Amino acid sequence: MSYAAGSLNRVSGNDVLVRARGLTKQFDGFTAVDGIDFDLYHGEAFGFLGPNGAGKSSTMRMISCVSPPTSGELTILGLDPVRDGSAIRARLGVVPQEDTLDVELTVRENLLVYGRYFGLPRRLIRERTDSLLDFVQLSDRARDKVDPLSGGLKRRLTIARSLINEPDILILDEPTTGLDPQARHVVWDRLFRLKQRGVTLILTTHYMDEAEQLCDRLVVMDHGRFAAEGSPRELIERYCTPEVLELRFDPELHDSAADKLKDFGAERAEVLADRILLYVTDGDAALASVRDGGLEPLTSLVRRGTLEDVFLRLTGRRLED
Amino acid sequence: MGVLAPGWHSFQGWLTVYRRIWRSSIWSSVLGPLFYLGAMGFGLGTLVDRHGTAVLGGVSYLDFVAPAILASSVMNTAMGEASYPVFGSVKWNKIYIAAQASPLRPADIFRGHLTFMTMRITMNAALITVFMYAFGATRSAWGVLAWPAATLTGLAFAAPIAAWAVLVRNEAAFSYVFRFVMMPLMLFSGTFFPVSQLPGWLRPLAYATPLWHGVALCRALSLGQPHLLAALGHIAYLAVLAAAGIWAGARTYTRRLYV
Repeated sequence: MSYAAGSLNRVSGNDVLVRARGLTKQFDGFTAVDGIDFDLYHGEAFGFLGPNGAGKSSTMRMISCVSPPTSGELTILGLDPVRDGSAIRARLGVVPQEDTLDVELTVRENLLVYGRYFGLPRRLIRERTDSLLDFVQLSDRARDKVDPLSGGLKRRLTIARSLINEPDILILDEPTTGLDPQARHVVWDRLFRLKQRGVTLILTTHYMDEAEQLCDRLVVMDHGRFAAEGSPRELIERYCTPEVLELRFDPELHDSAADKLKDFGAERAEVLADRILLYVTDGDAALASVRDGGLEPLTSLVRRGTLEDVFLRLTGRRLED
Repeated sequence: MGVLAPGWHSFQGWLTVYRRIWRSSIWSSVLGPLFYLGAMGFGLGTLVDRHGTAVLGGVSYLDFVAPAILASSVMNTAMGEASYPVFGSVKWNKIYIAAQASPLRPADIFRGHLTFMTMRITMNAALITVFMYAFGATRSAWGVLAWPAATLTGLAFAAPIAAWAVLVRNEAAFSYVFRFVMMPLMLFSGTFFPVSQLPGWLRPLAYATPLWHGVALCRALSLGQPHLLAALGHIAYLAVLAAAGIWAGARTYTRRLYV
């Protein structure tokens, strides 16, 4: 596929593709996005991580030029999304949260109709369709109707469709929500390949593993604001300890154990409904001293710190709640 | 890219869909008016004609009712194409939502879909016009103009209905319109009996409805009795309604899709 070359020719070097300052979106007095600032560079994969209702989708809609900002500045590809929305959208690829495929049509027809929306000539659409279906491994289903395809195949088709115009930026709103683990891995693999080819990705997710796998840089979003910003590794180093000790006690003893562990000396302790998390440098050593202190957990787990912990630390809530 | 090109691209999308479903849609388009023409024109017509047709202007009941069936059928086509399909393009199959991510603007999406609706309307109008000839219900060479007249009537319904339907949040609204707007229009717009048969206080109401203008225009043409001034009046009324719908649709689509 000649995709990366085409894309790289149009936008060069360390260009800022999207620039936002004080970007705000309100709906009937409710503030969905509350004055956020960010710069998005060419070739990076930028993630918005946050729970449902954090303002991720509203931000995506503004970047997709289908939702005018209430206030603040937003520049996309050097253009104004309100005035030049049509010209900007011609250079964006969008994978919406819910599939918007036409299930009455075949796989191929979906790409044809969509390509025509972009004013592309039929011949070009046919050529690109071949290589895109190959890329998302759907070539053998090209003449099938979309309706009976599984969720994972539909998602891959949506991704192929979003690439029909060889976009400068690919915008993905929760690309793997609702897919089974195997289907998610296929989607991640394809997105990773696009990234390797130099396609700029913007994605939202509430899966920390997705963010860790795909994003070079991400923002943790909560209540319409950024709680933190950095690479996944930076965020974990800054807001979390190297290891986390997860302890599960008999429900009867959960509260009293939690009381005792508060003064245990861990850098931080989080008491969840079913577990207690101790943020420590050495998990095994910590577990030994918990036992020395006379507490015997039902189960224990030592693991590395993750973005989930970062999110818990920053917002006091879990991501998938 | 010309101003109209984006709308044309959206229209092509609808054509691609229609190629898949035209077989099923053609039957309802053909059979409905055929049943009406048969039942009303011949069944009821025989009964009516026996009692004298002076009140119909001296023409047979079939000749009287056929152009009205043409006009009211295209109204139904317009309603069918501009209600659920528009609502569904936002809520169900999300055709508009998909199109919105492309360079198409809400106004382009509206114009593209309206172009498709107009195509469906003019197809059905052509079919029924042919039936009218086949049944011998067209008495004049003017009758062929009933086809564009019916198309205009359909557009005068489709444009405002689509402009409204895109804003609808609950699809129950459509069944109210079918029952309480379309049904009375079909019955009392001089379709199956002349408006002169209505009580005097109701007549001005009938004259104000768009279907009456559509029926009167189609009837004048198929009977070969067009009065220029009256015909221009009907055309102006229907054209203004269509233009208002086209103007409003660009705005309501933007309000609904661009939030």
